[in-house]
Amino acid sequence: MDPAFFFIQFLSGLASASNLFLIACGLTIIFGVTRIVNFAHGSFYMLGAYLAYTLTAQLMPILGDVVGFWLAIPLAAAAVGLLAVLMELLLLRRIYHSHELFQLLATFGVVLIVQDLVQTVWGPEELFGPRAPGFTSFVVIFGFRFPEYQLVLIAAGPLVLGAIWLLFNRTRWGNLVRAATQDREMVGALGVNQARLFTGVLFLGGFLAGLAGALQLPVEPANPFMDVNIIAEAFVVTVIGGMGNVLGAFLAALIIAQLQAFGILVFPQITLVLPFLVMALVLVVRPWGLLGKPETTTSHGFAGDRPLRPLGRTQQLLIAGTVAILLLLPLVLGEYGQKLALEVFVYALLAFSLNFIMGAGGMVSFGHAAYFGLGGYGAALLVHHLGFGMEIALLAAPLFAGLGALLFGWFVVRLSGVYFAMLTLAFAQIVWSTAFQWVELTGGDNGMIGIWPSDWASDRTVYYYLSLLVCGAAIAFLWRASHAPFGYTLRAGRDSTLRADAIGIDLKRHQWLAFALAGTCAGVAGSVFVFSKGNIDPGSLAIPTSVDALVMVLLGGIQTLTGPLVGGAVFHLLEAQILPLTDYWRALLGAAILVLVIAFPMGIAGFLRDKLLPDDDRGDDQREAAARGAAEKGRAEAPT
Amino acid sequence: MSEPVLQVEGLRKAFGGVIAVDTVSFEVAAGRLFAIIGPNGAGKSTCFNMVGGQLLPDAGRVQLAGQDITGLPPRRIWRLGVGRTFQVAATFTAMTVVENVQMAFISHRRRLRALLPTARKLYRAEAMAVLERVGMADQAERQCGLLAYGDIKRVELAIALAHEPRLLLMDEPTAGMAPKERIALMALTADIVRERGISVLFTEHDMDVVFAHADTLLVLDRGRTVATGTPDAVRDNPEVQRIYLGGSGVEAAQRAMEARA
Ligand SMILES: Nc1ncnc2c1ncn2[C@@H]1O[C@H](COP(=O)(O)OP(=O)(O)OP(=O)(O)O)[C@@H](O)[C@H]1O
Ligand SMILES: [Mg+2]
Repeated sequence: MDPAFFFIQFLSGLASASNLFLIACGLTIIFGVTRIVNFAHGSFYMLGAYLAYTLTAQLMPILGDVVGFWLAIPLAAAAVGLLAVLMELLLLRRIYHSHELFQLLATFGVVLIVQDLVQTVWGPEELFGPRAPGFTSFVVIFGFRFPEYQLVLIAAGPLVLGAIWLLFNRTRWGNLVRAATQDREMVGALGVNQARLFTGVLFLGGFLAGLAGALQLPVEPANPFMDVNIIAEAFVVTVIGGMGNVLGAFLAALIIAQLQAFGILVFPQITLVLPFLVMALVLVVRPWGLLGKPETTTSHGFAGDRPLRPLGRTQQLLIAGTVAILLLLPLVLGEYGQKLALEVFVYALLAFSLNFIMGAGGMVSFGHAAYFGLGGYGAALLVHHLGFGMEIALLAAPLFAGLGALLFGWFVVRLSGVYFAMLTLAFAQIVWSTAFQWVELTGGDNGMIGIWPSDWASDRTVYYYLSLLVCGAAIAFLWRASHAPFGYTLRAGRDSTLRADAIGIDLKRHQWLAFALAGTCAGVAGSVFVFSKGNIDPGSLAIPTSVDALVMVLLGGIQTLTGPLVGGAVFHLLEAQILPLTDYWRALLGAAILVLVIAFPMGIAGFLRDKLLPDDDRGDDQREAAARGAAEKGRAEAPT
Repeated sequence: MSEPVLQVEGLRKAFGGVIAVDTVSFEVAAGRLFAIIGPNGAGKSTCFNMVGGQLLPDAGRVQLAGQDITGLPPRRIWRLGVGRTFQVAATFTAMTVVENVQMAFISHRRRLRALLPTARKLYRAEAMAVLERVGMADQAERQCGLLAYGDIKRVELAIALAHEPRLLLMDEPTAGMAPKERIALMALTADIVRERGISVLFTEHDMDVVFAHADTLLVLDRGRTVATGTPDAVRDNPEVQRIYLGGSGVEAAQRAMEARA
């Protein structure tokens, strides 16, 4: 092929590298200082584009095209910076000491709110911005026409990198940021200044993301999907570069963008998966990214974790009563009610299996939907392509999900904390992209239809009992495992990796097995689900489904075994009732997440536990001390 | 004399430019208490972590009863009969005290992967016996993370004793405790290990505790061995007196330790 063409492709790669870097570098700076992985960074980017759209439309007629446009861009970026500051003041301040799960979920709550906000203000259509005055034409490079504006974008990356270098090395504030990134202790020693430092960092990060979005406007219309499309890639770039490392982000952005630019020529089907594959590979070789530093946290417990107790008499009666009611329910419920109820079983199992690794194991998975979806797709493929019946599918599909979890789990258990969360997210995206892009096998975006139960189980009530049996058995099994040595081993590793290792526990191996077991059970849920709905599509394994599972656990309470069951039920019933009534479901969900994270971190079951069954030896101040201890011990407990 | 339980030869570790432990060698004889002492930052914890497997030495060899264990992960070293406690106590904070000890038994009997039995009921009697011995039986059902710090240190000792180790590594077993409690705990530890014939490698800032119980001492300063020998010999060593034991030095060490507590 023509080498000149390759060069043009290379230049396009550079332009998208710039764009990726602008977003990722704010993300990585914010993480470096605050230790928060900001899901809302994609929202900042999207807001940058929309604000630039509005500002150019207002300013260009008044100030003339050139001044108006080039003033609108930094103004849009600054406005986004201010919004980021607002988020810092109202939200992040309350969760700096929370578990990473709460931080990730809270910023995801912001994503949901901003999505609805943007749709309300700007509408659902794509909005095309003006072309950049002064750069509307083409240059000719080796006979190929190349847009001038792309050259502006190419320059933006190195320029911003240089500006940040100057800021970090030549100013006092920048020195503080660098010091805070390198030495966590130092941040605490800053005292009052800490608040100002964090606010400033959020402004900087928001500004950069807003700038990236604004600069993108002449190339890509502002649209409501920009946030989610970009955030996954920005995570990848940040993680590959080493979280907290700006130069690393620059290198990673170059690598990813060039791989994309050339990958699309060789193997177009793989473009969506490629970044995540690269990330997985890099993390296997360098668990902290190219230029990152190892995390020293050795504990991943949650505030309010308590010893497991055997079920008391009241609880046993409650459970027996619930089971009895569930058995009798079809007598009073109609077709729709039974379908709703069996979906509750499915989600309860999904949430319970997630909490088996998260609550007990301290492993926060942001990609649990992958195994739910693999179960569903496994069943659908068996029925659709191979002509097997429901019975075989229900048995084999969970194993398919389990194998997926076994494979991915081997990689993810090498990491912990936010790195673990990011890698599980990446693997889920790989599965999602595969389901989305491999149209011949999976039906792509439309998915597969006509996946119905065998004749004997096709009656709604029969399938209701079958679901109750299958999901109930899986939950009972995981419940048992939680109380068994295996579950205790996970809890041991969660509380102190140092101690677990010092009493002969091969923690990684147990976490790996637990991940596979939880994945298998999520697969059970997925396969039961697919026969209830009769179809499956990539939504079942997309990020929102993973987040739904997390919210169910959070809503019910991470620290209790019953929590996820309650949470799964309440969440699904609420969703079924409220979703049809409102256009603002996402904003509502986002707001609910924020309320849970800030005000009810124990969830429903945890709240009830503390109200109804307070430990006798635990006064209020002791409980507080325990909560504080759990938040801090991660930092304190290094092998000194 | 019988073979030493622990034999350390030329152990070395540097962090960036700082040489934390510089070519240190020593032997712990069977059934003896061996103390490493030295001012803050001398490299004591680094030594413990290399012996226990938490850190990989840059050079040198660690042998346990003649078997080379250099660079093995902590869990393997534990299985060979080495129990340890940490300078900052590491326990399973969201489990009860007795469950903490039961975990050590479950691991020792290789039942970590069992999916069906109730962990709470396994090896309870054995765990209670160990807790009895360290004086924590009455708090067995409390959540470990809610205990007073001194009690957590006792739990750690119980965990370390559970698999009947031949060697105990104790990095400041009494750090963070009141002076009286400190002496009592160390006396208890000495009793237990002497009755069971366990060898101990320990470090302490409290010189009363050290000189009351150690059979042999090694003095470290900035990673280097300053002196080694019996308590009396070390006490009389002029260099040791200069850098470490000299009147104000002891008080400084004391203050430093209290400050950390
Ligand atoms: N993980 C690490 N990274 C960098 N330097 C370290 C690390 N661990 C220890 N050091 C350094 O190595 C030296 C020895 O530290 P070490 O913790 O072994 O001392 P110590 O004798 O246990 O002190 P203390 O009495 O305060 O516990 C110190 O200078 C310390 O700063
Ligand atoms: Mg030390």
